Amino acid sequence: MPSTGNGTQASILPDSGHRRLPPGAIFKEAGLTAVVSLALLVPFVGFKIANRGGEQFLETRLPEVLIAAGLIFLGRIFLILVREGSLALPVAGGAVISAIGLFAPIPSAFIQAVAFTAGLVIIVRAAFMVFAARRRSSTGREFGSGFADGYRKALPWLASALIVFAVILPLMPFGERRTIDIAILVLTYIMLGWGLNIVVGLAGLLDLGYVAFYAVGAYSYALLASYFDFSFWVCLPLAGLFAGFFGIILGFPVLRLRGDYLAIVTLGFGEMIRVILLNWVSLTKGPDGVSGIPRPSFFGLEFKRYPAEGTESFHQFFGLDYSSLHRVVFLYYLILILALITNFFTRRIRTLPIGRAWEALREDEIACRSLGINPRNTKLSAFAIGAMFGGFAGAFFATRQGFVSPESFTFLESAIILAIVVLGGMGSQMGVVIAAVVLIGLPEYIRDLQEYRMLAFGAGMVLIMSWRPRGLLSQRDPTISLARAEGKTS
Amino acid sequence: MEYFLQQLINGLTLGAIYGLIAIGYTMVYGIIGMINFAHGEIYMIGAFISLISIMLLESLAGGSVIVALFVVLIVAMILTSLYGWALERIAYRPLRSSPRLAALISAIGMSIALGNYIQLTQGARNKTLQPIVQGNLELMKRDDGFTVVLSYMQIGIIVTTIVLMAAFSLMIAKTSLGRAQRACEQDRTMASLLGVNVDRTISLTFVMGAALAAVAGFLVVLYYGVIDFYIGFLAGIKAFTAAVLGGIGSIPGAMLGGLLIGLIEAFWSGYFSIEYKDVAAFAILVLVLIFRPTGLLGRPEVEKV
Repeated sequence: MPSTGNGTQASILPDSGHRRLPPGAIFKEAGLTAVVSLALLVPFVGFKIANRGGEQFLETRLPEVLIAAGLIFLGRIFLILVREGSLALPVAGGAVISAIGLFAPIPSAFIQAVAFTAGLVIIVRAAFMVFAARRRSSTGREFGSGFADGYRKALPWLASALIVFAVILPLMPFGERRTIDIAILVLTYIMLGWGLNIVVGLAGLLDLGYVAFYAVGAYSYALLASYFDFSFWVCLPLAGLFAGFFGIILGFPVLRLRGDYLAIVTLGFGEMIRVILLNWVSLTKGPDGVSGIPRPSFFGLEFKRYPAEGTESFHQFFGLDYSSLHRVVFLYYLILILALITNFFTRRIRTLPIGRAWEALREDEIACRSLGINPRNTKLSAFAIGAMFGGFAGAFFATRQGFVSPESFTFLESAIILAIVVLGGMGSQMGVVIAAVVLIGLPEYIRDLQEYRMLAFGAGMVLIMSWRPRGLLSQRDPTISLARAEGKTS
Repeated sequence: MEYFLQQLINGLTLGAIYGLIAIGYTMVYGIIGMINFAHGEIYMIGAFISLISIMLLESLAGGSVIVALFVVLIVAMILTSLYGWALERIAYRPLRSSPRLAALISAIGMSIALGNYIQLTQGARNKTLQPIVQGNLELMKRDDGFTVVLSYMQIGIIVTTIVLMAAFSLMIAKTSLGRAQRACEQDRTMASLLGVNVDRTISLTFVMGAALAAVAGFLVVLYYGVIDFYIGFLAGIKAFTAAVLGGIGSIPGAMLGGLLIGLIEAFWSGYFSIEYKDVAAFAILVLVLIFRPTGLLGRPEVEKV
């Protein structure tokens, strides 16, 4: 794991690209890192509490520790070289480390996986450093500023292209079942991200319990459908309403709190909802969850091979051969539309007084109050609307899975959704899309690394944040601001 | 009455452990104004290191139990502190001047990664430990045979916590490191202008918090005898709740909050239902925050324009 070894090196970027460290200093720094990581690794990589036949004993894996420390030593040297401005050696070194991870007979798959990714990270890092340095020397501007301008111009095109791509995705040759399944998952998170973006990105309220509203939406559909036989289309608005209502109930007492106090209370609410779902067995069937949730129908047409007597099925009505893909594609378009509605709604409401009030409140609450904005109602509306979209997404989740259980609504989900919003750049709609694809889509595709998924996910969050602390696409500027001297509005 | 006393003892023991973890949260919050989300994982790592060292010492055998446990405690504190230090270096220092949410996300990422690291290297199964410290005092006996029991382990936990708390408060109040910490808490820029090494002070704050979390992990391994890679999450949330309840940034507050959360949990599961004990803890938190938005012992926040 790369750590910044030298105590005085506060920033990641080099202050001057041309200062060369003597090899001795490089080895010393790398050696220090290796020693520290040796101490960190020994207890967990070196020993394993193994279990055989009900008896627990310690298994030693000392060679692995030494290999890992050696690899860290090498990696650290290459990272220092990157910092010092060289390119060829670190890239070669990164490739070597990756190759070791892939092919060398290391006795632990864990180290192999970590070594492979670490090598890639070094290569990417070297490439970025060189790219940034070139950019700086040719334009004299900080890396990223030109990118931001270009991005703003390209945004409408990019957005339309993405929407077109999303619409034709199921028709494409690679639009097979698995791809569409992943796309549905990604779109669900995009929708959740956009919903949370209203609360966190626009209104600036840190909500660590967003999953509660997702759960309320999912369970309201599941329960309404199983107790009263309501159809999906009746339940969808109801789920949103319930979730919004919960947002108001939960929001009302706590919106007086600020910052981290609000964060911990929302986290607490999220956990409370989950614990209640888990323990209110008579209503929610507890940990077993609600199963047999009806699937949605296409204007009354079911997606079944053999529809019930007297009804017609989707493929019969359109004269198609039955394919299980129909329903998946239908679900895909459903979530696409729901997500786009969320996006459209957010973009429009940003230009309405209420949206302006959210952004103003985020920037300065006291100023808002003195200008006659009621902070409580404004915050509550953000909370409720964000919650409502969470509820819609929840109802969709329930109908897609056909099964809900409290397992699906842990804090980890809240953390993932928040990570999508923050990694994408708070308040940026496109950022949410990119972050969701990176965080949800990529790990889903590399299913082989299943066990390492969460490790990579966590490490990715740390790396992206230290690389771009304001998010991939930051858009903190208010939607509207007073015209500057150049007459520029953004 | 006897039942009440027993729940009181259990609650105080649990509360002492929460308090030890909560101090780590409150100190880090005090000095850099951020929630250290990975602190629960640090506590979990402390518990694992303790268990591994105990097993290692057992296999080497010999020596008195007290000395061996003391060695284990020291080892766990040192190695866990190293994790605390590395956590600050990797997830916090590069983000010192970034928006607060960025550090929060990187800490959440760190917490996910650390939990998964332990899961991958140690396996997802429960790890158990045979009780080492056994025996107890019978305090009271009811007619129907219910006895109020205070185990030596519980005495050990409460005494350890009191000793550490005293040592710790003394350190904050008297040593130059404590002064530096308080200075950084008030104004980091000014402190650095006056010659306080801010980076070092913040690192040491993480190290101290991790060491206390390691003690908590060590005590939990001995007390409950069962750990897994997931214990960090719930304990972390509870301890953070405790820190907020007591008024985040205040060290006596963290201890008080820890004890309160422990007592609430013990009494709630003793008198009402064990399933909803977590809900009870959060509900009390919400109630306290509604009436005292900065916690029980927190300083009221002054709004500046």
